Formats: sequence, C-alpha cells, structure tokens
Amino acid sequence: MDNPTVRPLPLLTASRMFIRMLAVQASWNYETMLGTGIGFSVEPALRDLPGGRKGDSYHAALARETHYFNAHPYLAAVAVGALARVELDGSLPPAQIERFRIALCGPLGSVGDRLVWAGWLPFTVLVALLAYGLGAGPVVVVTLFLLLYNAGHLGLRAWGLHTGWTHGKRVAGSLATPILRQGPEYLARAVMGLCGLALPLAAARILGHSEMPLATEARKTILGAHALLFLLLAVAALLGLALVKLHGRIDGWRVALLIVVLLALHSVAT
Amino acid sequence: MTFTMILGFALLGAFLGLDVVSFPQAMFSRPIVASTLAGTLGGSAGDGLLAGVFLEMMALETLPVGASRYPEWGTASVVGGALYVSRHGDATSALLFAMLGAMITAWVGGWSMYVLRRLNGRWTKRALPALEVGDASVVTWLQMRGLGADLLRGFALTALALTLLVPLTTIAVAHGHGDSATIRAVLVAVAASIAGSAAWKLSHGSKHGPWFFIGGLAIGFALLLRA
Repeated sequence: MDNPTVRPLPLLTASRMFIRMLAVQASWNYETMLGTGIGFSVEPALRDLPGGRKGDSYHAALARETHYFNAHPYLAAVAVGALARVELDGSLPPAQIERFRIALCGPLGSVGDRLVWAGWLPFTVLVALLAYGLGAGPVVVVTLFLLLYNAGHLGLRAWGLHTGWTHGKRVAGSLATPILRQGPEYLARAVMGLCGLALPLAAARILGHSEMPLATEARKTILGAHALLFLLLAVAALLGLALVKLHGRIDGWRVALLIVVLLALHSVAT
Repeated sequence: MTFTMILGFALLGAFLGLDVVSFPQAMFSRPIVASTLAGTLGGSAGDGLLAGVFLEMMALETLPVGASRYPEWGTASVVGGALYVSRHGDATSALLFAMLGAMITAWVGGWSMYVLRRLNGRWTKRALPALEVGDASVVTWLQMRGLGADLLRGFALTALALTLLVPLTTIAVAHGHGDSATIRAVLVAVAASIAGSAAWKLSHGSKHGPWFFIGGLAIGFALLLRA
C-alpha cells in the first residue's frame, strides 16, 4: 500500500535511475559485487541532498552506496529506491544505513533468483519453444519471447524502484506481496506443464520427416509416423533422468558437449 | 565467410555479449534470439532459429546467478548461428559442427567473463580512495570501463571464434560422412534431455509439479498423434 505522505520521485530523476539500473552489473566484480552499480544508480537522487553535487552529504552518501552489495539485478531496484529514500530523508544515521543495505542483500537475492532465473526465464523460453513447435516462424518466436520476457523484466524493475522509494526503510514488508511469495510456486508448475508440452512438439518439428531406416521400420508400428520421435524422447528421458540424479555433480551441457564431440569424431572418421 | 561478414557478426556478438550481464539483461542474448539474429544477418532467419532452438534447449539449465561461473551463450549463439547459415555442404553435418563450435565458444566465453570480473575487481580496488570520498566521476568511469571491456570481450571472442571455426567447420563438413538423420536424431535427444532435466531440477519441488509435467506431455503427444 502506498504511503500518501511520500512525495513522488521526480520523473526525470526516476528515468535517470531506471536507465542506470539497466547497467547495475556493468562493473560487477568478486570484491564489491553490485556495489559500484548501486552507487551509480542511486546517484541522480542524491543530487537533491543539501548542497547538491558539491555538498558533503552528497559525497558521504555516494561513498556509502558504492560499498559491497549483492542482490538479484532486477530486484536491486527495490534497494535503489529504498536507499535513495533513506539517504534523502536523513531519518537514519550513516551506520544504520550501512546495516539496512546489508540486510536487503539476502532477501532480494533469493527472491529474485527463484522468481526470475528459476521461474520467469524458463517459463518464457518454454513459451517460445512451444510457439516454435506449433510452427511459428522466426519473427513470431523471437518477438513473442522478447515481449513476454521484458514485460516481466521491465515491470519488475519499475515496481521495485517505486516500491523502494515509497516504503523506504520499511521496504522489507513489501517483499511479502503475493506475486513475490507465491509467484515462483505458480511459475514452477507452469514450467513443468509447458516443458512436457513444448519439448515433444519442438523435437517433432526439428526432426520433420526423417528418412533413416529405423524411422521407416518404426512407422509400421502402432505409433505410426511419430514412432521414431517417441523412441528418441524415451532415450532423452533416460539421459535426462541420469542428469537429474547427478544434479550438483555434473552439468548437463558438459555431457552434451562430450556427446557432440564424439558424434563429430564419428562423423569425420567414418 | 568474408572479412565484412565476420566484422558484422562480431559487432552483433559484442552487443549480445554485453546483454548477458552488463547491459540491459533483456535476454537478447538468449540463444533463441541471438542465433536467429545471426541467421538473419547471414541471410536465413529460419536456419538461425533452428540452431537457436537446439542451443536454447542446452542453455536452459544455465542460471546466470551472481558469482557462479557458467557458459556464456550470447556470443556463442551468434557463432553457432553464423556457422550454420554460412555452411557449404550437408545441412545436418553443418548443424552438428555449428553446435560444437557454439558450445566451445560458450565454454571459453564463461572463462572470459570470469577474467573480466577479476579485471573489474582490480580496477575497483585501485579506485577505492576516490570511491571512499564519493567521487561521482570515478563511479561513472568504473561503470563505463566495465561496459566497454565487456563490449570488447564479446567482439574479440566472436571474431576470434569465427576466424578459427569457419575454416575448420568447412573442412569437417566436407569430410563428414555420418548419416544425417541419425546425427539430427541424436542432437534432438541430447538437447531434449538437457532441457527436460533442467526444467525438472528447477521445478519438480512445486506442488503437483510432476503431474503438471505428465499432463503437458500427454497433451503434447496427443497433438502429435492428431497431426
């Protein structure tokens, strides 16, 4: 719920902060992680501190905001908004602002990873694969994916900046919103359903009408024209099952690389 | 492939490599987009999309989570798409070697991102005195330097990969004698298993998740059998 006493962030400042947030990871490193990026994103708001860009408050605040910070890059917008607000309010002493920054890292990281990387991204990718499997062309597949993904991406960043600015030091409560709490669970179910739906259709489109002898024989069975596809998906299921069992010990793409190398060697050697 | 073509693909690789982490992370760098764009640049969006679908299935398990090291699929997909559309000879053999080239580029790309992050750390450490006094110009300089270095990384990686891989792929495709349909079938099975296991690992813990998967699979097969 919005706090009616909060003055809105000026449009020009908000726009500058939003554009800068798109580059929040530009100088990402193992020491300060997102720190410099957060300082870079908050900076337009700090210009409103007493004394402007030449004032001591501005320099002290900017120095604080470039310290170590880590979060999901999209949800870092919540931190950017909230930190801009507490810096401009002057309601917290510097040591408490530092503690507030650190306290934001954990929740903004884990919520963002579950919602975006493990939820929204695979969901939109599978929608694009489903569109491909249903026969869509390059323009439709790419446009559909980019529009869908970025509606969530840019919307999340805009919501984060607004929420952070509106709630300031009380922003933690806004992370309990139903979308952030239950969104990952709903998305996970959608990902599972879409995966089952999209993979056979995409695989069928790639294979087309194979002319391999096995396919000719397979077509004589009850499964007809798609017998080969069913056989391949069964093999894929076995390999997939092995990868699930080996989760954490081996990466799927490394296994794929090994198989592709062996296939390439076989192709050249025969 | 001409020098101008390699330059064009390298510029595309630079911007899509930048999108992976640095700016704006709008997923133009996802294989299904990046490879299609490379295909369009090379004269066949459809071929780019086909290569992109394969790479996308393999990239589905890669989560770009903070400090972890992962393959960089942005420039790799440009390389994969470019290798496939510029093929001479059998299309399926070309697809196999394009996938191989893209996966090797993704591996090297992941390593190059690690090097860039170390470099960013060194620059930040050197700038600490200025950061501690809140010097805005240094903050902006660090950000711009990071963006520039990432852009350069993507450009160099794509250009180098194509310069090395185009002749190698041409020779390999010319000498490849594998059965096309078998190669395509194995590639499909591998890609589908990676994508399926990735989705399962990410989401099977959700309530009734496995049932959603089975339901989706049933609908998918029903649609196939009706076709």
